Amino acid sequence: MSINRREFLKIAGISLLGFGGASAVKKHLMGDNWVEASEVLRSPDALTAQQWAMVVDVRKITTMNDYKKIVEACHSIHNVPDFRNPKDEIKWIWKDTFEHTFPTSGHPYMEEGIEEKPFLLLCNHCENPPCVRVCPTKATFKSKDGITMVDFHRCIGCRFCMAACPYGARSFNWRDPRPFIKKTNPEFPTRTKGVVEKCNFCAERLAKGLEPACVEASNGAMVFGDLKDPDSEVRRILRTHYTIVRKPELGTRPSVYYVIGG
Amino acid sequence: MYDGSKIIAGLIVFVGLFTFPFLYNMGKASAKPEPKIDTPVIQQLAEKKCVEPKSFMRAEHMKLLNEWRDSAIRKAKRVYVGAEGKEYTISLQNTCMKCHSNKKKFCDECHNYMAVKPYCWDCHLEPKEKKL
Ligand code: HEC
Ligand code: HEC
Ligand code: HEC
Repeated sequence: MSINRREFLKIAGISLLGFGGASAVKKHLMGDNWVEASEVLRSPDALTAQQWAMVVDVRKITTMNDYKKIVEACHSIHNVPDFRNPKDEIKWIWKDTFEHTFPTSGHPYMEEGIEEKPFLLLCNHCENPPCVRVCPTKATFKSKDGITMVDFHRCIGCRFCMAACPYGARSFNWRDPRPFIKKTNPEFPTRTKGVVEKCNFCAERLAKGLEPACVEASNGAMVFGDLKDPDSEVRRILRTHYTIVRKPELGTRPSVYYVIGG
Repeated sequence: MYDGSKIIAGLIVFVGLFTFPFLYNMGKASAKPEPKIDTPVIQQLAEKKCVEPKSFMRAEHMKLLNEWRDSAIRKAKRVYVGAEGKEYTISLQNTCMKCHSNKKKFCDECHNYMAVKPYCWDCHLEPKEKKL
């Protein structure tokens, strides 16, 4: 028995319908129905911005204790290990000299004592971040709020971002960090050998409506806000004070500003 | 020419070696996993329910966790609204593992049986449990 063209087309059409119908039913039973029913939201308490930014008033951070309190606040809640060894060091927020912080801004006749004064450093969450451009897996990306995020689940440890960052803001985990965490915070994950890490502007705290931990511990010396909101506290300070950023000549547009003197 | 005893001895050794893995594992891996939900937090629940229905969780929890991960980190959305309208904070350590604080008797119970080893715990902290 053979079929003619007309019969063939009829059967083909019917079986196609069958396929389409079956996949629609399947989709309804197990495929996407849960994604439709459930949703993900921002908490109504969450702090949001177009570009988060920070002003560090170095005049207000004077004693060694001030620095320690701020660094401790960050490193303890984020489970940052302390290897007691500069070669393996992991840092989210740290201090360095004027010369290293602002290498092109110094001159021989500066304010007395400024060369010895430590400056607080952290990721600049640049508006034009070179680390994001070089990341081959998009593990480092710019969030909607202007935070330069690291998605540790995607980091393959290639360290291109470390080479690209002109501020030394990124650290590589050469060793298992867990044995070197003084007191583990059970609410936040650690990292593991083979990933790069840095400051996240406390994205997990902003989601709950809390300011970054360093800002909270700084006693008003650090101010956090939306750079694109002309009424924000950050913008008020930038309007009324002379501020500088690190290595502006590179065009990365840092979001961490410093009030130095005056 | 034919050394029967050697051949037979050799065959016995061969059969022994060949069946060793099967005999060794007999009765071991076959116990069906029975994840336990008798944790303090779950005991306190009025309705002993997960974030989604049990059948869905059983089959799709890995995909849900991927969703949660991408939502929290890449979209900054850290609240999950389940199909029944209940809200949960998106967090592996602070939400899933607060209810399922008996990781060894829950997650590991299935995973050991299935020989899956999620690498999450390289970074995410496991709930503190007594040694079994
Ligand atoms: C509010 C407490 C609670 C939270 C939060 C919770 N669970 Fe559950 N989970 C339960 C309870 C109770 C059950 C048993 C449900 C039942 O028997 O109907 C369960 C069941 C499950 C099951 C199925 C177990 C089986 O026997 O088939 C899996 C898998 C699971 N949960 C994984 C997770 C994961 C992954 C998360 C985080 C995304 C999570 N749960 C968050 C309470 C919770
Ligand atoms: C009812 C049994 C069962 C329970 C209970 C269960 N899982 Fe699973 N889980 C599985 C199975 C089976 C797989 C592997 C699926 C596959 O390979 O396709 C899996 C896979 C996973 C994966 C993906 C692993 C990978 O390498 O891709 C993650 C993550 C995971 N489970 C997390 C959890 C967590 C966290 C819990 C406890 C809160 C849990 N599971 C409880 C059965 C279970
Ligand atoms: C290299 C370390 C690392 C590994 C491995 C890892 N995570 Fe994470 N994960 C993190 C960090 C760090 C965060 C950020 C926490 C935050 O911002 O609150 C995170 C966040 C998450 C979140 C969202 C927020 C939260 O607090 O839970 C989920 C969900 C998640 N991870 C699931 C997983 C699952 C599932 C696995 C295993 C399949 C896994 N992660 C493996 C480091 C890791």
